[in-house]
Amino acid sequence: MRVMVIIKATKDSEAGVLPDTRLMKEMGDFNEELVKAGVMLDGEGLHPSSRGVRVRFAADGKRTVIDGPFAETKELICGFWLWQVKSMEEAIEWLRRCPNPHLEECEVEIRPVYEAEDFGEAFTPEMREQEDRIRAETARLKG
Amino acid sequence: MTTDQLHRAIEAVWRIESAKLVAALARRTRDVGVAEDLAQDALVAAMEQWPRSGVPDRPGAWLLAAARRRGIDAIRRDRVLDRKRREIADRLAADSAPPDVDAALDDEVGDDLLRLIFTACHPALSADARAALTLRLLGGLTTDEIARAFLAPEPTIAQRIVRAKKTLAEKAVPFEVPRGDELATRLASVLEVVYLVFNEGYAATAGDDWMRPALCEEALRLGRILAELTPAEPEVHGLVALMEIQASRLRARTAADGSPILLLDQDRARWDHLLIRRGLAALARAEALGGPRGPYVLQAAIAACHARARAPEATDWPEIARLYGELARAVPSAVVELNRAMAVAMAEGPAAGLAILDALADEPALAGYPYLPSARGDLLAKLGRPAEAAPMFRRAAELTRNARERSWLLGRARACDDAR
Repeated sequence: MRVMVIIKATKDSEAGVLPDTRLMKEMGDFNEELVKAGVMLDGEGLHPSSRGVRVRFAADGKRTVIDGPFAETKELICGFWLWQVKSMEEAIEWLRRCPNPHLEECEVEIRPVYEAEDFGEAFTPEMREQEDRIRAETARLKG
Repeated sequence: MTTDQLHRAIEAVWRIESAKLVAALARRTRDVGVAEDLAQDALVAAMEQWPRSGVPDRPGAWLLAAARRRGIDAIRRDRVLDRKRREIADRLAADSAPPDVDAALDDEVGDDLLRLIFTACHPALSADARAALTLRLLGGLTTDEIARAFLAPEPTIAQRIVRAKKTLAEKAVPFEVPRGDELATRLASVLEVVYLVFNEGYAATAGDDWMRPALCEEALRLGRILAELTPAEPEVHGLVALMEIQASRLRARTAADGSPILLLDQDRARWDHLLIRRGLAALARAEALGGPRGPYVLQAAIAACHARARAPEATDWPEIARLYGELARAVPSAVVELNRAMAVAMAEGPAAGLAILDALADEPALAGYPYLPSARGDLLAKLGRPAEAAPMFRRAAELTRNARERSWLLGRARACDDAR
């Protein structure tokens, strides 16, 4: 399974304060360990929300662009990883080994990525459409 | 934490630590079988103690210490010690290395892991035995999981693993990374196993036990680990690239009813572009190392041509034809030549492809191979020669063992009849 590991923002990260050399080194080592274990698929750090924008989709379909920064710091994110693991427990075990990504209290969240199996028997509209397209194509080739 | 949660936490620790643990113990005991037994003992100890004490901060170090202690105790308790077992006990007891694996030099852990991979994939073992042992020792999979993945009864797999470990001990296979000329052939043996595991997973069909498709993930993980352990080996990166790109098509290659969708008919929006990007990066890493391109790098390069094309019409067929030519020179094979013919047909037209197929007509390696007549049928049909194409499709239908494929081939034969 794939999980997204979401690093939440802090006052410092929102202020654009970069981690010190020691933390950079520790995170570098941890990232290397993830790569060596074949767990790391992807990962990026994000600029503070002051450089971000939001697009709000109103119920009536109207779109509004809102410039950052945004409030509710603890709900913002400042980085993410995509990991390939066997279970949520494996992801938790890896995260236990991660250095604190900030120099202050913070939270890191693990969320499983949807996989095809999660949809079970139920067809997604996309799959149904795809199947129809294939049927039509097959019919065209036969005809 | 509930007992169930704790068991799953221990399982997760095992997943992360078991290969490193077995590898570290194998270096000390110089016997992979003994090392695995000791590692299992340590796991049992963890199951007994962690529910009371909680998961330790450094679970890897804890497991290694427990394995050593149990090993020394168990062997010493045994009164009739043969010389070999006494040596093992002495080596475990005399071991002055830090009990803290996390603090041990990274290189050392890596070297042990690499030794373990080469030992588990030793050519003294059959490919099946190598695959089972590798999944067991490197993947930390249970015998039951391996059995389900390979559609084999559990006792068969258990016996295969026991025999493999016995063979390694009997032949006194040294626990080491081969050097010099031997490295290339031994590495080929390792890559063969990883790709075999991947293909078992790739061949899984809808309704199979979930452990079967999980083999693709296991193989990818092994490949990615191997790539970091042997960064200077282009073929390792080539294999990783090939697997990443093939895995990128997993979602797109079957229709909702389970029937296969051919590469050129797949919805490319459903390809996994993260895996494609990783595959292309691995291929670039292989090519940056220079030297003549080996079979995995070449196959990855062919897969990359398809992955780069945004639409089937954008496929660089001349390049694919050229790569198949290079592959045929690196590993002469009639099947590769057949693939080259089809690529040439796409690049230069069906007549050019047919000329290559004509030369393969009497190839003994392709006698009974359904794709030769079906390829001929396809090119003849494209050349507007349905009367000659129809019997080719019928011949291919006779040869294939896949029912779905057979009905598809017979359908094409009938279409040729109608076109006459």
